[in-house]
Amino acid sequence: MNIIVVGCGKIGQSIISNLVCEGHDVAVVDTDGDVIEQVTNAYDVMGVCGIGTDNEVLEEAGAAKADIVIAATSSDELNMLSCYIAKTLGAKNTVARIRDREYNDKSLDFMKQKLQISMSINPEMFTAYDIYNLLKLPGAAHIENFSTRNFEIIELILKDDSPLIGTPIIDLRKKHSAKFLVCAVSRNGEVIIPDGRFVFEAGDRIALTAAPSEIHKLLKSLKLVKKQVKNIMILGASKTTYYLAKLLISLGSSVTIIDKNPVKCDEFSETLPNATVIMGDGSNQELLLEEGLANMDAFVSLTGLDENNILISYFAASQGVSKVVTKVNNKEFLPIARRLGLDTIVSPIRTTSDVLVRYARALQNTVGSNVEKLYKIMEGQAEALLFNVHPNFKHINIPLKDIKFKPNILIGGLLRENKAFVPTGDDFILPEDKVVVISTGHVLYDLADIIA
Amino acid sequence: MNRRMVLNTIGHIAVTESALMLLPLFISLLYGEKAVWSFAVSASVALVLGLLLRFFSKPSTRVIYAKEGFAIVAFAWLLMSLLGALPFYLSGSIPSFVDAIFETVSGFTTTGASVLTEIESLPKGILFWRSFTHWVGGMGVLVFVMALVPNVADRSMNIMRAEMPGPTVGKLLPKARDTAKILYIIYVVMTLVEIILLLFGGMSLFESVVHAFGTAGTGGFGIKNDSIASYSAYLQWIITVFMLLFSVNFNLYYLLLTKKFKSVLKSTELLFFGGFVLISVIVISVNVYSIYGTLSDTLRHTSFQVSSIVSTTGYATVDFNQWPELSKSIILLLMVVGGCAGSTAGGLKVSRVIILLKSIYREIKRLLHPRSVRTVNMELKRVDEQTLNGVYSYFAIYIVIIIGLYVIISIESVFDMQTNLSAVLACFNNVGPGLGAVGPTSNYAVYSDFSKIVLSLAMLLGRLEIFPLLLGLNPLMWKKK
Repeated sequence: MNIIVVGCGKIGQSIISNLVCEGHDVAVVDTDGDVIEQVTNAYDVMGVCGIGTDNEVLEEAGAAKADIVIAATSSDELNMLSCYIAKTLGAKNTVARIRDREYNDKSLDFMKQKLQISMSINPEMFTAYDIYNLLKLPGAAHIENFSTRNFEIIELILKDDSPLIGTPIIDLRKKHSAKFLVCAVSRNGEVIIPDGRFVFEAGDRIALTAAPSEIHKLLKSLKLVKKQVKNIMILGASKTTYYLAKLLISLGSSVTIIDKNPVKCDEFSETLPNATVIMGDGSNQELLLEEGLANMDAFVSLTGLDENNILISYFAASQGVSKVVTKVNNKEFLPIARRLGLDTIVSPIRTTSDVLVRYARALQNTVGSNVEKLYKIMEGQAEALLFNVHPNFKHINIPLKDIKFKPNILIGGLLRENKAFVPTGDDFILPEDKVVVISTGHVLYDLADIIA
Repeated sequence: MNRRMVLNTIGHIAVTESALMLLPLFISLLYGEKAVWSFAVSASVALVLGLLLRFFSKPSTRVIYAKEGFAIVAFAWLLMSLLGALPFYLSGSIPSFVDAIFETVSGFTTTGASVLTEIESLPKGILFWRSFTHWVGGMGVLVFVMALVPNVADRSMNIMRAEMPGPTVGKLLPKARDTAKILYIIYVVMTLVEIILLLFGGMSLFESVVHAFGTAGTGGFGIKNDSIASYSAYLQWIITVFMLLFSVNFNLYYLLLTKKFKSVLKSTELLFFGGFVLISVIVISVNVYSIYGTLSDTLRHTSFQVSSIVSTTGYATVDFNQWPELSKSIILLLMVVGGCAGSTAGGLKVSRVIILLKSIYREIKRLLHPRSVRTVNMELKRVDEQTLNGVYSYFAIYIVIIIGLYVIISIESVFDMQTNLSAVLACFNNVGPGLGAVGPTSNYAVYSDFSKIVLSLAMLLGRLEIFPLLLGLNPLMWKKK
């Protein structure tokens, strides 16, 4: 597909990198010639130097034939205007990054409709929802919901005392009566799809699929179910903080927000009257302890600096806070954060580019691909895809164990008549089903692509 | 340095060249010539070498950076020239191997400088291969491979940038491979149109194909000892027009395809190029009118020679060596300037000349008004300082290398300054014929083997615009740090 990305900031570049990997034809627009040069050197894209609201610039980038125009500059207004102009020039779909709180209320739908914007992305909002889901199920390091369907993929990091360690997977399923399936295991940075003989070790990051009730049963028998988080401390009064605090307060949790900027504190105390807003330096350990860090159920660090987030999170974890969530945008910091024992990491940039990759694939859906949903799991190293079974798909009514799949492919779940279940080798695919496929190292467009 | 990736890509080139040799092999077979065997052997050697290179250099990562791009281009062109010389040598058409290499380099770099005095008696297959090297070298072999093979390398733009001439190389389409494809499609279609028009003028199919190749690559190898002189006026005009068309920036043709006529007409480079050609034709016409007598003959000969030289093709209908001094000096000037960037022509490139002239103007302004701020603009856009510096340093090194080569060529001390300097300029700018003893009616056979090697190097330096060859062959770049 022809895609134009306006704005090559951190988010923009992450989007570009992901879309190029997917094989799309990408043109990029930025006002800074040096940035354009750097991006065109690093990725196979065409660069146009100019402002994204200039119709000549957009035309030069090929807006008339573009399938998607993504405006991801730091200015909401510029993004909206870019999208509107691109749409008028003939672009099929437009995506605008809109993150100001003022726009992200009832007025959003109004503007999207009037400006004919197909989708708005709000990285801060996405991240807030990510964190919110994680805090609801504190045992997991990462959760993907297959939205309306009752199907979840959760990621756990195995601690030294985990009962899963040491037993082959095939025996685990008998021991824990829950019906679950291990989709992927990440060990030493390498992601594999394990078979029944695989034995877990401490430190493995694993992804499981199961229906939500089954997951709770499993987590209970693994003693991973913790009480719902009640007291949460959030560091940094950012946009994400606002959305997250709002969600948490509506759930009845008590939220403490710490920031050293008096203006922001003032603003937050006004817009979030039920939160405790503390003005102070979050890197001051004394302050954190004074505000009751040790008694918190969860600690979330959302300052603008990755380094700060990692170090303060490490301190919080050492004070015995059982759930610590860290915002890390720079990919290169991930191994360091993991080595420090920080297992729950969120990244607005990664979340956003995942959403856009998903959106692009879903659009391709209408032009021949059958991917209904796509999720990146295991920190982006594996994918979980929801396929519709195409009428031409040949391998229906054949037990799964008799079908030869490509390597690193796994059927993670079947959705039949609104009910999800984890298949065994004796199950088979029926024409009306939806199939969840887990894969690493493939780019899949159709269910038939998984057959060897 | 990703050495494996460099070797792997060069392997691709060898395999591609072996495939390309099948075409002259087929021609030879058709005419029942003995040269068939030389092509069969050369193609096999190239194939085996290419497969071996690829087999022994499975790269762990396909990512290449600018320096790998330079190295790939430098070595690919050297290897291509060596392999391409085999058919000439093996068939006995060119008995000396150094001569064969000179002829091949001259072919691939689209120079068209020859060491052969008698070409009409050569086998058809060999003549075809000679011209075919022009066509292949014109747009670039690596660009050709990029268009054919998916995923030659990650960041393959680095190869394209090193092989395509001009101060900046942009993309027409988001993907480097699609850009390479569209360039080749334009190239092929224009070549076909020329073949058809030449056929209409009464050339045989073989002749029109060979001359179309020579024009498209702006090379200049023909199949007659007197180049184009014995063909009809119609054919000469057709070739004149196509020589000019192939020395225009190919991006403009893409703009035409996408119906952006206005931006084509506004192109500074095109206007400058057109004006430059027009003025040269007028001045030379006035200067040589007395030789030809009639206006039509004068115009035909001057426009043919001017187009041939400015497009760095090197075909000739008359011996411009006999022209007055003023005309000869304009010919020399045309050689240096050359065609537009992003075309198959050689030379300094029109866009560089424009940037240099505008910079001079800016410098004069700055001397008058020391605090004045002025940007250099081109095609309605500002030329950034980095590109400007690139153009300045290219010009500086261009002068240095021309003078250096001239001194080296003069070691022989057989010819005068006019011959030696014009030989270096004609080779470096990929024109072909020079002045004096290397004029359009004579050739380079008169030089010693040593000078031929130096001139071959000059042709490669000129075609690849100096830096790729200079950097790719620099041992410092290959050292492990």
